[in-house]
Amino acid sequence: MSELTVTLLRYGFLLLVWILVISTVSALRRDLVVGQRNKTGTPSPRQARKHPELVEEPAPSRPQARRLVVTEGPLAGTTLDLAASPILLGRAQEATLVLEDDYASGRHARLFPQGSRWFIEDLGSTNGTYLAGNQLTRALPVDPGVPIRIGKTVIELRP
Amino acid sequence: MSDVLTVPRSRRNVEAALLLLAFAVAVGANFVAGLEREEPFNDYFWRQAATLVGMGILIHLILRIRAKYADPVILPIVIALNGIGLAMIHRLDLPRMENPDFVPVAPQQLTWTAVAILAASVLLIFLRDHRILRRFTYISLIVSALLLLLPLTPLGLEINGARIWINVGFGTFQPGEVAKITLAVFFAGYLSTNRDLILLAGKKLGPLQLPRFKDLAPMIAAWLVSIGVLILQRDLGSSILFFGLFMAMIYVATSRVSWVLIGLAMIGVGAFVALQLFSHVALRFDSWLNAFDPEVYNRAPGGSQQVVQGLFGLANGGLAGTGFGQGRPDLVTYANSDMIIAALGEELGMIGVFAIILLYILLVSRGFRAALGTKDGFGKLLACGLSFTIALQCFVVIGGITRLIPLTGLTTPFMSAGGSSLLANWIIVALLLLISETARRPVRTAAPSESAAVPSASGRGALPRRPKEGSR
Repeated sequence: MSELTVTLLRYGFLLLVWILVISTVSALRRDLVVGQRNKTGTPSPRQARKHPELVEEPAPSRPQARRLVVTEGPLAGTTLDLAASPILLGRAQEATLVLEDDYASGRHARLFPQGSRWFIEDLGSTNGTYLAGNQLTRALPVDPGVPIRIGKTVIELRP
Repeated sequence: MSDVLTVPRSRRNVEAALLLLAFAVAVGANFVAGLEREEPFNDYFWRQAATLVGMGILIHLILRIRAKYADPVILPIVIALNGIGLAMIHRLDLPRMENPDFVPVAPQQLTWTAVAILAASVLLIFLRDHRILRRFTYISLIVSALLLLLPLTPLGLEINGARIWINVGFGTFQPGEVAKITLAVFFAGYLSTNRDLILLAGKKLGPLQLPRFKDLAPMIAAWLVSIGVLILQRDLGSSILFFGLFMAMIYVATSRVSWVLIGLAMIGVGAFVALQLFSHVALRFDSWLNAFDPEVYNRAPGGSQQVVQGLFGLANGGLAGTGFGQGRPDLVTYANSDMIIAALGEELGMIGVFAIILLYILLVSRGFRAALGTKDGFGKLLACGLSFTIALQCFVVIGGITRLIPLTGLTTPFMSAGGSSLLANWIIVALLLLISETARRPVRTAAPSESAAVPSASGRGALPRRPKEGSR
């Protein structure tokens, strides 16, 4: 094979590898762009025309949760002021709110603030955590007034 | 974590396009590599091309059916890296073919590639959701312990002073490679459950919030495991890998700098003691610091010949390299496993090695991206830990070859000759793909609190939702 072909193939291969790198990066540009266009997730005007339901209505102003209230169960009536730190719910002594509830696990669930909202996450409890009657499978935001059921205990966030 | 609505796109077609390019790179590498020394389009060429392309398409089809929303760039990157590695290993076989006793490495590596990709496919098919792994938190701790102890049993083999292999009849296997996955699963499960406890305030020392003493137990355990690997198996690389994995995961879980500082202090103590007690560690350091000393260069065990030859190779390659198949990377000992980056650096030059490093960076960043996108703590930690192992391995290997840090025997992910490493890394890829699929998949059911408010009969209630990208 001639010298020229070999040289061409050699540089051609380097070029090919870089084409792969650059096309990979450009396939990701939606994720990588910084600056104006990094509002990924916001529908473009074209998408908005095609799918009018995508345009988000301005979020209604939510009242901030400031207290945690136990409404049902052995501890009914207990209240707890919410600070900025996460809260561990369960029967274990380390828990922030120690539930005296036979149906609760040691470390049952955790409530944590993120942004302006509180989220609840099940920590692999035996009997599950229910938010508004639905069992949790992932961390979900909790709005004030929505009941969270753990065993026989029901707690709510209050503004 | 505000929910923003977008049209969900599966992006499998993007993957198909990139995959075509990756096949071109892999097959092209193989073609160019053999150009000088063998006839083009021989049997082995077709076997390698067919295996890689067939296996790549297999995974792609499985993703189309099983994990439609998985990350589109992970698979092409990995196929390209694997293909370049295979081509290099084959190319390094060629000069030794004249020796009748020589068993070529590339066909074995090709078989392992097929096995590894099949294992990844099986995992993708049967493990629909990575969260199932959380149930095996403590089982995977036991499995890791067993895997790490296996080489010390009579099954174990000692090669070049390190006792990290076991004999499995038809070949050797490094259980430590699989142990890094099971350890990542254990750390992810343990830390996602106990994060809040670990975060409980301890003493404050200036700006640092020190952890309580009893919460240090897992860290001490991880440290002991690493030291145990170092002492009993005489393997510095795996020891660094396990402890680094744990430190990264605990930092991601708690975001406390104090943990990292304590960990670094413990590494410092461990390194100092190891340096005093073990000759093989001390020799490694010496051949790193005084690599070009003729006495160190010629020392029989623990000399610096390997790393210096690698550096000469890199220098010979220069900017654009000598061209695939035209350098002499075979002069370096272990050119096809530990030193494969030096071989690639010689033949592809800095331009080629930078492209390869960029591919690794993109792969790792996609792993972290999956971690950011997924909503469960376990998945986040697992994806972070697994991508971090790939990053740390690349750093330790490439840093060692370029004499930034002492050379330690770790494998370059997807490239080095070695079946267990390939298998483990493909399993990591399958796990990252699964996690990225849960991160990107639109959630069909609206959140409970909202589903009560939005009547689904309006036809718009069941709109797919997706978390805002890059918001955190």
